[in-house]
Parts: sequence; C-alpha cells; structure tokens
Amino acid sequence: MTELICIGCPKGCHLKVDEENGYKVTGNSCPVGAEYGANELRNPTRVLTSTVRIVGGLHDCLPVRTNKPIPKPLLLEAMAQLRNIEVKSPVRMGDVIIENLLGTGADVIATRNM
Amino acid sequence: MYDVIIIGGGPAGLASAKACLDKGLEKVLIVERDKELGGILNQCIHNGFGLHMFKEELTGPEFAGRFIDMLRDTKVEVMLDTMVLSIEDDHTVHVINTVNGYQCLKAKSIILAMGCRERTRGAIAIPGTRAAGVFTAGTAQRYMNIDGYMVGKRVVILGSGDIGLIMARRMTLEGAKVLACVEINPYSGGLARNIKQCLEDFNIPLYLSHTITDIRGENRVEGVTVSKVDGHFQPIKGTEMYFDCDTVLLSVGLIPENELSKAANIRIDPRTRGPVVYENMETSAEGIFACGNVVHVHDLADNVALEAKKAGESAAEYVSGLRRADKKVVEIKTLPGVGYTVPQHVRVPLDNKFVEVFFRVNRVFGNSVILVKDEKDNVISQFKREFIVPGSMEKIIIPKVMLEKAEGNLTVSVKED
Repeated sequence: MTELICIGCPKGCHLKVDEENGYKVTGNSCPVGAEYGANELRNPTRVLTSTVRIVGGLHDCLPVRTNKPIPKPLLLEAMAQLRNIEVKSPVRMGDVIIENLLGTGADVIATRNM
Repeated sequence: MYDVIIIGGGPAGLASAKACLDKGLEKVLIVERDKELGGILNQCIHNGFGLHMFKEELTGPEFAGRFIDMLRDTKVEVMLDTMVLSIEDDHTVHVINTVNGYQCLKAKSIILAMGCRERTRGAIAIPGTRAAGVFTAGTAQRYMNIDGYMVGKRVVILGSGDIGLIMARRMTLEGAKVLACVEINPYSGGLARNIKQCLEDFNIPLYLSHTITDIRGENRVEGVTVSKVDGHFQPIKGTEMYFDCDTVLLSVGLIPENELSKAANIRIDPRTRGPVVYENMETSAEGIFACGNVVHVHDLADNVALEAKKAGESAAEYVSGLRRADKKVVEIKTLPGVGYTVPQHVRVPLDNKFVEVFFRVNRVFGNSVILVKDEKDNVISQFKREFIVPGSMEKIIIPKVMLEKAEGNLTVSVKED
C-alpha cells in the first residue's frame, strides 16, 4: 500500500494505492484520482510547461505546454529540446511548436497569442 | 459617464467585466497599468488553472486568454499602460497615461480589482548582507517566464507559498539546483499538490519550522544559514545549517494592494488587509465593489473569477438602481482559530437563497466541525471537515432560512473532534 497526494486538482486528495490488488485506489473523490493513483506508481506522467524564444513579439519568451502528459523521466530531456527552439511572431494560442515531442505522441503548443 | 470603471485587468477585473456585460451594461471600462490584460496570469505559465471555471486544466496565459477572448468584439473599453491616481466619493476616477495625459472619468459604479503584491525581505527583516540575488518568487517568475532571464544557479527558497513551490520546479527544469525550501511554520503554506509535483518530484527537501537566519555575500549572495525555530518562531541555537547558494527566493506571503482604497477612505479589515465587504462584494463606500486578491488572498484564480462574477453582477444591479443601504447589517465575527471571513458583513433579508462565506484557519485542524452560531449561542449552520489547513481557503454556504433565524451577529468557529 502506497500513500500519495493526488495532483489532479487543487483539492489534493490523500490516496492509497494497493499495488498487490491491481493498483486499486482508495481515498480519491473523483475518477481523476483513481487514474492518477494507478498510473503514478507504474508510469508517472506530467504536463510540461515552459517557454521558448520568440522573435518580434511583445516579449522575448512565448509560454508553451505539452498538450498531454509525458513520462516524468523525460522532463529534463524535453526541456533540452525546448532550449533550441526559436519561433517568429505572430503565434496563436494552440499553435503547434513541436510535433510529437521525443516520440511521446504529445505536441508542444503555444499557450497564448503573441 | 461610464456605468462601471474596473480598476485592474487581471483575473478579477476580466471576470467582473464579463459579468457586467452579461447583466446588460453597455459602458464598461477596464483600466490596467500593464501593457496588456491578464495581470499576474501572464507569468503563471504552469498548468492547474480553470478546473472549476472551464472544466479543463489550463495554464495562466490560457485562463486569461479565455476571458480576453470573451471580451473581444464587445463594448468593453480597455485603457492599457494607465495608472489610476485616485478615486473620489462621487465615483470620479483620476487616471494618467502617456497618450491622453491626465483624465477625470466619471462612473456610476466602481469595481476594485487591483490584486496584491508580494511581501519582501524588508517586510520580514532577514539578517545578513545586502547582496544581490535575493528576489521575491514572483519577481523571479517574471524575469524567467516573461523576460527570459535565468536568475540563479543554486537556490534556497524561503517560505512554502505556492509561488515559491512553483518556482522551485521552474528553476529546476531550467537547470538550477534548488537546495531547499525553508518554512517557518510547522505546516506548508502551499497546496498539497504543489508540495508533491514541485518539491517531491525533484527531491527538493522541505524544512518545516525552519527559517533563514543569515544571508552572506558581498556583491552576490554566497550562502545562507538556516536554523530550526521553536514554538514562538525563535531560532534554536546549535541547529544551524549552511547552504552554499547564489540566490534566495522569498515566498512569504502576499499583501492586498489597497493604497487607492485607503486614500478613498474605504474601510479596510486589518486581518485581510483588504476592504471590508458585504455579501454582494460592496465595500463600505456605496457603489464601490471589490473582488479578487485585493479583498483577500486566494489560492486559486478560479475562485477569484467566481468572486469577481459576484462583484460584477452586484455592480450591474447597483447601476440599474437597486439599493441595499437601508437593510439590517449582521456582522460575521471570528473566534480563535479562524483568521478572518469574507464577507465580514451580511445584509438581511438576503436577496439570494444563501450566502457563501470564505475563511482561513490560522492553524492545522484534523477532523472537525465548522460552527456558525448567533448571539444566543444557537447553532445556525454546521459543516464537517476531515482536515482544514491554513493553506487552503474554506467555503461554507449558509442558507437564507437559517440566517433569518439568527439573533444578532454571527460567529464562525472550528471545533476539533
């Protein structure tokens, strides 16, 4: 049995995950917690948020995120990819900046217009 | 003449403007001092916003973008890069910018949505040298996320507020080494999920009941001394730890920004440092409403937006002629353990079927009951909770029928089982 804090929403439910019983989750108050608890011990994933360089915009940085969670061990490698990116203004919120990041199937998308 | 002038274009200002429009107001003006709308959301590039409002997990810029899109092609006017200098009793707003110079704008109603600012090193008086490299967490966040500057390589974070936790992760991802997060209280000031995903994910130690007792360095920070504190927050001799670092980030609380409100003689609650408000978010000045972090510091932008909706709707009601000033006022008082409530006053009889009361506790409670009592010690409402922590704002809903049975003022208290 492993105890976890759910990161699915700000409520922060105290989860218990039973590894010996098919990763059954208790203590969750919604389905997000059940899914998070079951995945967290086997294949933890996170949405990555960061910035990339932008030329010609109001600021020098464009905020971006992955459009779905990626495996946690890949976060730093993904950051290294973002460091090499430079985009040109204008960019629209939702525009794809990197397709299929590190083969994860997740795209990196812009999170604002600039 | 404007129907409503909204001071501040962050989440509170944007959401209140939307509510004013939805209630049919035509002449709505947002005055924003920055060069763009969105307020602090623009630098909050992390996700976790919008779960209540939009039922999906958005980043700060996306959350702001949703509201900005809703106001696009509407009649809402926006003045950017404009400072409000003062507010008069007759709802004249004095503003200044470099394009139109000095202007006096008249409005039927005003919404205060100025947000809050960070407590600084000066506010908590940390001993040591005045070396460069000590930032508030939000300033560092702005430098990194908007301007693209890396603020340091080896970092100690003082305070475990959410911005500090978010910055611990952010700096780690950008290649810095975050050595420790140090919290003077025996509990964290941030959300549990942020302890998990910002500290534990990256093996950053959290030292509870500890504080920074010395900052060293001549030009740049070279290191800090961290000591354990006793129950009265006094450093305990012999517990000193030294951290070799070049940067200190402070996440030690936020202060509602009420210079304008104070100058307008609006009554301020010393506990929240925000205006005292009624259940409809009206301040002590008739026709002037307030919402968001200028009233009390929220954990979630979603809650700011909901409160702002209430303020916007109330301002629209006021503009259309509804007055509540001659109603009976019931005060909501707090007993030890409860830090404050918002609203502080309720006008009865209520126009709605219930009143929402927000509050924070000032210590950790386990299994407990929140009790709302009247002056005759009758229990008006009670609510069970498994745990209540200072880092999470609590909400209770008191039904109108119960409120009408109350004799005199109310008290809110928490009783642990």
